[in-house]
Amino acid sequence: MTLAELQFQIPDLRLASAEIFMLLMACLILMLDLLVKDRKRTLTFVATQLTLVGAAVVTFATSSGEVAYTFSNMYVGDLMADLLKLLLYLTVIVVLFYSRGYIVEREQMARGEYYSLALFATLGMMVMISANHLVTVYIGLELLSLSLYAMVAMNRDSVPATEAAMKYFVLGALASGLLLYGMSMIYGAAGTLEITAIAERLYLGQVDRGILVFGLVFLVSGLAFKLGVVPFHMWIPDVYHGAPTAVTLFIATAPKLAAFAMVIRLLVNGLIVVSQDWQTMLIMLSVLSMAIGNIAAIAQTNLKRMLAYSAISHMGFMLLGMVTGVVGGDARFALNAYSSSMFYVITYVLTSAGTFGMILLLARNGFESEEIDDFKGLNKRSPWFAAVMMMMMFSMAGVPFFVGFFAKFSVLQAVVAAGYLWLAIVAVAFSLIGCFYYLRVVKIMYFDQPASMTPIAAPLDMKILMSANGLAVALLGIFPQALMSLCAFSLLRSL
Amino acid sequence: MEFRTFVFYFLSTILVLAGVRVITSRNPVHAALFLVLAFFTASGIWMLLQAEFLAIALVLIYVGAVMVLFLFVVMMLDINLDRLREGFWSYLPLGSIIALLMVAEMGLVLGGNYLGLMESSLPQTSVGDSNVQAVGRLMFTDYVYPFELASIILLVGIVAAVALTQRGKRKNKAVDPSQQVFVKAKDRYRVLQMPAEKRD
Repeated sequence: MTLAELQFQIPDLRLASAEIFMLLMACLILMLDLLVKDRKRTLTFVATQLTLVGAAVVTFATSSGEVAYTFSNMYVGDLMADLLKLLLYLTVIVVLFYSRGYIVEREQMARGEYYSLALFATLGMMVMISANHLVTVYIGLELLSLSLYAMVAMNRDSVPATEAAMKYFVLGALASGLLLYGMSMIYGAAGTLEITAIAERLYLGQVDRGILVFGLVFLVSGLAFKLGVVPFHMWIPDVYHGAPTAVTLFIATAPKLAAFAMVIRLLVNGLIVVSQDWQTMLIMLSVLSMAIGNIAAIAQTNLKRMLAYSAISHMGFMLLGMVTGVVGGDARFALNAYSSSMFYVITYVLTSAGTFGMILLLARNGFESEEIDDFKGLNKRSPWFAAVMMMMMFSMAGVPFFVGFFAKFSVLQAVVAAGYLWLAIVAVAFSLIGCFYYLRVVKIMYFDQPASMTPIAAPLDMKILMSANGLAVALLGIFPQALMSLCAFSLLRSL
Repeated sequence: MEFRTFVFYFLSTILVLAGVRVITSRNPVHAALFLVLAFFTASGIWMLLQAEFLAIALVLIYVGAVMVLFLFVVMMLDINLDRLREGFWSYLPLGSIIALLMVAEMGLVLGGNYLGLMESSLPQTSVGDSNVQAVGRLMFTDYVYPFELASIILLVGIVAAVALTQRGKRKNKAVDPSQQVFVKAKDRYRVLQMPAEKRD
């Protein structure tokens, strides 16, 4: 039987060359690590970072700016995907630099598999970002999740880490089940799994709305779990707290970009016709997340747990941009709303990398530096890093002229433009409550006495990178326009 | 009601009830047996759709391999063999009911020829193709991307399992002859100076 008889078009592999490159390199590094005798795994580390840089080059070189499909329409390449992938590589590179010292000091984690799993997780996120088929979305998500479960459990002798991995695994499997059930219902209603085809059939009115909305509820629940918004947030504090800080840093940053892409692909690309239905669900999720995230964070004494609740509230805030795209069948504001969400999630990832990176910067072997009290009097130990941490906290709180302020501002602008004034007021009120716990960290750093005056013993590259991260938060706050228009442009060319 | 619809609802009811019992029964052996029933019923539903390859694969892999392994693990956990044997007669009624149900389901689906099941219209894949051929063709053409990615998921599973369980090389007690010849007398024994203890 020949290919012509199969009526099958050979896929355009060039479009997916970044994924193919990443896969080949991940497998090569897995084998390369067998030859590495060095306990610090420097060669594996360097090879991993070079792979990410290489993937960025490949993505940049093959980016055409046009929307193109391949692999029987299962894969979509567009400008949004390219931008998110480039940011994804950058995030993973920064995350691996930050976690380097932490991993080397812990024997259980200082293994080649850690880097391979990180690359496989990155591959999973790339697949999610470029998915145009429900099966591809699911497979990418599973690839990401399975790698993350293993990374959380990597520190085998730590009881909290094992517990966190177990909780993450069981709840993650449940969420995947919800997502799959929703997908199968949507398949039942639309008769296709291809996201663009679903949109087409919905537009032509060939779809059973009852079954579709039933499936949509499950789909949104699954998405909400992966984003970690209330009421599907229970895993976030436990996993952030229990996982080794290096892995928490990974979970708290890169997957948020992929989750955003997943929301865009499933809800906006596929189900925009029923936006009225999912926007109502997202409003509830968003308001609840901002409320519970911000209020519960006040009560925390552990910084990682506090940041976990803060992540819940930030994801709730990000969803605000997603609910204001279509107002009464009018999609005039859609581009503005979705690009404000995209800007929000990108800047959140940047800030989140910095805050968790700071915990790693202060951690030593046998000392996790994860309590808020461990930051007491940081100003006396290192004024510069106290200032960087202060910038991160101000940005997260939304203090003017840091990047977090502009992110919140642009989302609120979209919300008000769509006519949801009450929603904007609720969001501002909860952000103000949130200011309390961010500013408390700043107060502790500047006005309390340090418990010990041990100087910060982090490698130079990490110090430089951390400073750059802090400066990026400050500079993007002064010049947010470039990134904002980049987000808007990429979405304009993709949607 | 059409006979095919009746079989579908019959199988679905058993599937849901078995699923409920899997999570509600306190006894792990019972739960495992109900899971076997659930798999079997699901494969019956697939058979009803004329997806015979998927149905057989489900029974072979899940019932034949995974669940048997599962039952073995449950057995291993319970070290008290006498207690396990004691259970035989109490498990027997339930086990035989499940077995009978499975036989009945098989009869319903396989005996469909005589009951007019095949006359009903079903989505035909393509004329004259067997199920295996249709699945294989799709898997290596349209679905090649997720298919390859699924293999990566399996690879990640292997890497994760090795990373989480491997505890380094086992300590070997064999002697290395090349080092043995270089041994010196003072490496073999040590003279200790110990103060004499007084007797009260």
